[in-house]
Amino acid sequence: MCTVCGCGQGETRIEGHDDENAHGHDHPHTHEPGHAHSHADGATHSHPHATHFHQHQGDLHYGLGPAHAHAPGLSQERMVRIEQDILGKNNAYADGNRKHFAEHGIFAVNLVSSPGSGKTTLLVKSIDLLKDKAKVAVVEGDQQTSNDADRIRATGAPAIQVNTGKGCHLDAHMVGHALERLALPDDSLLMIENVGNLVCPAAFDLGEAHKVVILSVTEGEDKPLKYPDMFNAADLMLLNKIDLLPYLNFDVAQCIEYARRINPKLEVMQVSATSGAGMEEWLAWLTAGLDVAIAARQQNVNLLKKRIAELEARLAVNG
Amino acid sequence: MHEMSLAEGILQIVEDAAARQGFKRVTEVRLEIGALAGVEIEALGFCLDVVLKDSVAEGARIELEKTPGTGYCLGCGETVPVNALYEACPNCGGYQVQATGGTEMRVKDLLVE
Repeated sequence: MCTVCGCGQGETRIEGHDDENAHGHDHPHTHEPGHAHSHADGATHSHPHATHFHQHQGDLHYGLGPAHAHAPGLSQERMVRIEQDILGKNNAYADGNRKHFAEHGIFAVNLVSSPGSGKTTLLVKSIDLLKDKAKVAVVEGDQQTSNDADRIRATGAPAIQVNTGKGCHLDAHMVGHALERLALPDDSLLMIENVGNLVCPAAFDLGEAHKVVILSVTEGEDKPLKYPDMFNAADLMLLNKIDLLPYLNFDVAQCIEYARRINPKLEVMQVSATSGAGMEEWLAWLTAGLDVAIAARQQNVNLLKKRIAELEARLAVNG
Repeated sequence: MHEMSLAEGILQIVEDAAARQGFKRVTEVRLEIGALAGVEIEALGFCLDVVLKDSVAEGARIELEKTPGTGYCLGCGETVPVNALYEACPNCGGYQVQATGGTEMRVKDLLVE
């Protein structure tokens, strides 16, 4: 399992790894002594072989740079040029999703946050307030259980739960499959609730129009500095649970300042799903985005209709 | 972050290339990772050890090329070096820096036999 976040799609491989590495290693390691790590059961301890720069294989060389010379002619080795983005496959699926959204007038947002920021409650409240004005559907990502999708379905909105298993984020392929199952009508709003994780989902484009990061005021104002990748990837930050501000020492201005250090273009809204504060602004942002998506699809349809009419006219003349 | 997924992405790229070009063994994988890509290099090395096992690239050397981070400072209107997303602009000390380079994660090339 990944030492940072435990993620990975190929679970069988991870199982295999656990077996392979359960035994001791007899080769030298270069890490510093006393390297500690945590286990899922909460135990933290030092490991004699916790980091993995094996001398006999898989060495990582730092800073060799482009000047590093290969001499493929001296052996049977040859060089194969690759030049591919490691996340290229995900990005190709994301492009597919984005095309699908554009063709169907769907405004898709990817909601990202830590666990417990109030994403699902905010989502339920948003759907309740929007459901007479817009078609809304939800893709719910969690490691396990369909609890969140059940909460969404209770509002009457269609929802698909994606359980990522050991995975720490949704990827574009999973979302593509969820779309097949959801069969979204044209001109709808799709809310993708990502796995509660402020790190990994930052790197995975799902084809959404925007990432929206939700930070609750119970979390601490320096989270944008601690988890900069996510705040950098997002276009909008919702500062949630502001009804609790009177009971907390949370400095709103400082938090926003930190977030904009990471991402100068970040939009910020202060909301509370519980009291309803700020919800109007957030819902207006959503419906404005949806209107743009619908208008773009309509324009596309009109263009196609015009082309068909032109072709029919030509057929009539020539036929 | 998500180093296991990245390692699997690397394996996929290597295996696709092996299927296309018919090589049997990879002795070296050269990666390009940007300083602002959010990749924990040690974790990636660990995950690659695991993921490349029993593949054409088992035991391959992993060469890493780190590309520097750059950003555009809205304050002084210049492209500046960036070591981390939360850093101030080295010219003006402001925090109006938008990351523009050093976020890439690529497989550059392979040595195969």
